Amino acid sequence: MQLATDGQLKHFLTIEGLSPLLLEEILDRAEQFLSNKSQNKSPVLRGKTVMNLFFENSTRTRTTFELAAQRLSADIVTLDIRNSSTSKGESLLDTIRNLGAMNCDMFVVRHQHSGAAHFIARHCPAHISVLNAGDGHHAHPTQAMLDMLTIRQHKEDFQPLKVGIIGDILHSRVARSQIHALTTLCTGEVRVIAPRTLIPAGIEKMGVNVFHNMEEGLDDLDVVIMLRLQKERMQGGLLPSEREYFSLYGLTEARMKLAKQDAIVMHPGPVNRGVEIDSRVADGKQSVILQQVNNGIAIRMAVMAMTMSGQAGELARQ
Amino acid sequence: MTSLHIKSARLIDPANQQDTVTDVYINDGVVLAIGEAPANYKNNKVIDADGLWLLPGIVDLSVYLREPGQENKATIQHEMNVAIRSGITTVCAMPEPLSPIDSSARINLINEKAQAAKATQVEIIGALMDGLKGEQLSNMGGLKKAGCVAVSQGLEPIHGLNLLRKSMEYAATLDLKLFYQPIEHSLLAGGCAHEGAIATRLGLPPISTAVETTAMAQMLMLVEETNTSVHFCRLSCAKSVELLKQAKAKGLPVTADVAAHQLFLTEMDISDFNTLCNTLPPLRSERDRDALREGVATGVIDAICSDHQPHDIDAKLSPFQQSSTGISALETLLPLTLRLVEEGVISLQQAISCVTHKSAAIINKSKGSLAIGQVADFVLFDPTQYLDISLDTFQSKGKNSPFFGWNFNGRVVSTAIAGNIIFHQR
Repeated sequence: MQLATDGQLKHFLTIEGLSPLLLEEILDRAEQFLSNKSQNKSPVLRGKTVMNLFFENSTRTRTTFELAAQRLSADIVTLDIRNSSTSKGESLLDTIRNLGAMNCDMFVVRHQHSGAAHFIARHCPAHISVLNAGDGHHAHPTQAMLDMLTIRQHKEDFQPLKVGIIGDILHSRVARSQIHALTTLCTGEVRVIAPRTLIPAGIEKMGVNVFHNMEEGLDDLDVVIMLRLQKERMQGGLLPSEREYFSLYGLTEARMKLAKQDAIVMHPGPVNRGVEIDSRVADGKQSVILQQVNNGIAIRMAVMAMTMSGQAGELARQ
Repeated sequence: MTSLHIKSARLIDPANQQDTVTDVYINDGVVLAIGEAPANYKNNKVIDADGLWLLPGIVDLSVYLREPGQENKATIQHEMNVAIRSGITTVCAMPEPLSPIDSSARINLINEKAQAAKATQVEIIGALMDGLKGEQLSNMGGLKKAGCVAVSQGLEPIHGLNLLRKSMEYAATLDLKLFYQPIEHSLLAGGCAHEGAIATRLGLPPISTAVETTAMAQMLMLVEETNTSVHFCRLSCAKSVELLKQAKAKGLPVTADVAAHQLFLTEMDISDFNTLCNTLPPLRSERDRDALREGVATGVIDAICSDHQPHDIDAKLSPFQQSSTGISALETLLPLTLRLVEEGVISLQQAISCVTHKSAAIINKSKGSLAIGQVADFVLFDPTQYLDISLDTFQSKGKNSPFFGWNFNGRVVSTAIAGNIIFHQR
């Protein structure tokens, strides 16, 4: 559904099913934007209107999408929909149809339910590109791509790498998209590391090895990806306390020694210091967390430019 | 006095081990003779049924009528006319929170509407708890007087095992069978898809098989202790079939049904967030589906029902988790059941049994058979015609079927209730 008939991206909903070549193309395109040090505006999306539809709150993702659109010369409107129409009882479908009637060209969607971006792509007017900025526990493909870019900047090739994703895999759309991206790019080994309560059933079918012991999981890793642990996980019997979580799964300097010497530490943010990661690691020399943020803008520019041209090509053919 | 002579039909009546091409004579709404015409028999009407199958009318154990209360989704008048076209002569109406069937007034209202529809007959499953709220027993004595054939809490929870146990004993006092849908609500926890690789990949909150099996195991212990009779509704997992098999081997007074779609669809069918396949219980793994089929084949599962849940369009037009559960299924009950025969899962006799006399036995009705003296609810079925299920041909007000695009061999051409042909389309 996200590909045009010529194989170009017209929506960007999930990494699943995309070819390694297409993922490389996104990364290359982002590199180009990064290398433009003068930060001049690119005219790629001049005259286009992008709508940021955030049904769930977000600071980082929303802001980087706004910046990305502006640097591509698009007009951007951000709607905080939590506080408007849907809370007055309007259905998602009606919201989308109304916004679709306003002559915009792209929706950037963040929604609390899995599959919402697919749903919107299926039901919005045909000329609109939909970019998934996170849906439920399903996917967060731009986050995964910016992580891939960060890894590629530090490690030449994905094939020999051992990558570990640590934390709340069960509720994480980031983890799912990272797994799809890493396996598509032929990463040597992908591990998920968490207590059994935070590992969803059948995750190994996505091509990962499951570890419940932090020390065993960290052994010999090239890339350590920490996930944010939300406070509400302490309810409902998933975890007893933040303190216990940190003692068993927190990333400390001592534990980092188990990974390769040149291993990098990543985190999609926002960081809970002292819960999943020690400040000395988060701010340490192996941390690339802030670089991830900068890469986020370039990736979002790349995906916006590519989907817009894919969609235009599709329309021209019709 | 009305009489009807059905000429040279293939009579398939598993309750009486009948499968022969013969003539059937009906008088005053009951089967008068099979084979030879009785002496002094005068025809009012003859139907030449050469090449057609003559089946007992189908008894569907689970239909959500939506009326009174949700007429935007479906009405009794409309849906019972759809049922009759589909060969269904009796449906059991399940209670639900917006139409709880917890008073004799509601039963009377449904009965009036059903009679006015002049189509499929409606039997009532009353509410086990007042308003289906799971806190206080319903006035089951009054419900029974008004004609309900069983009681159920439907998909709603019962708050505490003590209350469940007491409700079983009270229902048994009144000789009302409990229709129990095994769902352990404390384990359900907002889930919407079968726990496994597909739900994980889609990021949908999971429903484990333990949601069903723990409820079932618990209930079986209570059945044993209270010696009450329970019918398990809508099984979905392999392990439930195993538990039921053990219970039946022990001689416990239990029966069970499965929804027809559960014998065909699996978790794979939700993989593009197809809300039409959002059901409760959820579509399970292929292994579960195969075990359910095996359960039907061995007779551990007694009946197949439609579990008809018609919805307005909007109910399915949302992200998966927010969409309503259920399938509009009257029109696919018989076609799917017969598809099991084509796929070699069960014999034709077994297939017809599962939707006629075996389901009728569960509600203690002597329906679903065409023996001499029986009320002549029957279906004429043409095995040489084709049935295309599509949006254009779909009759139910609820268009929420995942079976659009499926083609079936055979089609219902006539349906009669008590000897009166109500639907006919050659």
